[in-house]
Amino acid sequence: MDFVQDLREAFTGRFGDKLRIEAADFSKCGCHLDITASGTDIEAAASVVDGLGFTLEAISGVDWPAEEAMELVYDFNKMAEGGRIAIRVRVSREKPELPSISKIFGGANWHEREAHDMFGFVFSGHPDLTPLLLPENATFHPLRKDFSA
Amino acid sequence: MSLDAKSIQGETFVVNMGPQHPATHGVLRIKLTLDGECIMNAEPVIGYSHRMQEKMAENRTYSQYFPNTGRIDYAGAMIYNFGYACAVERLAGISVPERAEYIRVITSELSRIASHLLWFGPFIIDLGGLTPLLYAFDDREIILDLLESISGARLTYSYFRFGGVYNDIDDDFIAGCRTFIPRMRERLILFRRLVTDNIIFRKRVEGIGIIGPELCRKYGATGPVLRGSGIDYDVRKNEPYSIYPLFEFDIPVFKECDSLARYHVRMEEMNQSLRIIEQALDKLPSGPVMAEKVPRNLKPPKGECYFNVEGARGSFGIRIISDGTEIPYRLKLRTPCFANLSLFEEASRGMLLADSLALLGSLDLCVPDVDR
Repeated sequence: MDFVQDLREAFTGRFGDKLRIEAADFSKCGCHLDITASGTDIEAAASVVDGLGFTLEAISGVDWPAEEAMELVYDFNKMAEGGRIAIRVRVSREKPELPSISKIFGGANWHEREAHDMFGFVFSGHPDLTPLLLPENATFHPLRKDFSA
Repeated sequence: MSLDAKSIQGETFVVNMGPQHPATHGVLRIKLTLDGECIMNAEPVIGYSHRMQEKMAENRTYSQYFPNTGRIDYAGAMIYNFGYACAVERLAGISVPERAEYIRVITSELSRIASHLLWFGPFIIDLGGLTPLLYAFDDREIILDLLESISGARLTYSYFRFGGVYNDIDDDFIAGCRTFIPRMRERLILFRRLVTDNIIFRKRVEGIGIIGPELCRKYGATGPVLRGSGIDYDVRKNEPYSIYPLFEFDIPVFKECDSLARYHVRMEEMNQSLRIIEQALDKLPSGPVMAEKVPRNLKPPKGECYFNVEGARGSFGIRIISDGTEIPYRLKLRTPCFANLSLFEEASRGMLLADSLALLGSLDLCVPDVDR
């Protein structure tokens, strides 16, 4: 697919070899490119996909306690061409901090608030990280694997 | 207006709409900052019907989660069954018999029409017209009866299974669909005469509630909201799944970006769904409705996948991570209403309060789908 090549070039032009970009089989995993970035690069990566006309579909948190890490999967979709990419970011479980992309994608505001609710990610630069789905005084993060009600 | 009343211009005040309010169609609260009747800011406050659907997935087996999928977007639940079944089938590499695929498409499209009818009636009520609801529910009732006859449920279906559907459709169901299609086509003409061409209705929606294509892109809006903004995107066409490529149907797109455009998209979509059902009934093959040898306690191999279907309200995505056990390691629900509502704050700024209710209604929200 052409857009895969464009995207690869756009990313290597901006980041060099810093990111791990893997072609994925759409019929098996539902995306065309699987990109692994570090937490500090997510803002720049988001502005690259924004420039290429992608839309943000979802931000999913995943807890990996065995690896002392938490992961965020950003799903982007280029609607006209039907191309999908997933950008993965891993941060430590003790200090799950990374920059917010809500300035680039307005829709990220709620997705990030949800990830903060459920996992305790802290998005620096986010305008309002108050609980979105949980009660306003919630101090727990229910989707962490060590949470029990 | 007296001089005194004029002098308070510029003073803003905060009003709560909801969480219990007929126009929010569920427990949704909107914190309005108003200047007179003008909206300075409208912040949706959600979470009142949050049920932790994603955590529930981590506590039960793959097949035990099916009933949950019927309770997220309860108005178009069959399509969510579809999305979940397809996602797990992709992960586990299960193929579905042809007849089951046809049944899945027929029931999903019926569900889409039922959902649009459930939007149509209350939307007109939001605008002050009480009568059309009675017509819409009359038709919707037929669909619910049809779906009840094969799935046993009227609203919260768990009719699909991994590898097929749990019950074959019978001649009564097919005959029921055959009589429903021409009836519904006539009703859509009736709706056009009754509502679409009505001048009072037009004045409330035409040119009002503009959501531009760029706003849609930034907020990830999908479904009729996106297609009412002139973007031709439908998962059924752009990333075809199941047997949708076998059918001829159009994706209605309207460029006006207003509440009326979104109304037109949904009304025309019902017509297209009827077309799909008709073709599927014509081509319906015989054969089994369940794949053989799908284990009762499914253990998909270690891995991760994302799957999207076109729900009644937009693109519904599921990301599943399997660790090789019988329980999902992580299941993320990407629901269309969550994204569609998130743009409301920006889209409603500067509008009149009454117009913003028309905008809210035209988003076709299902609050349990927002909150999950």
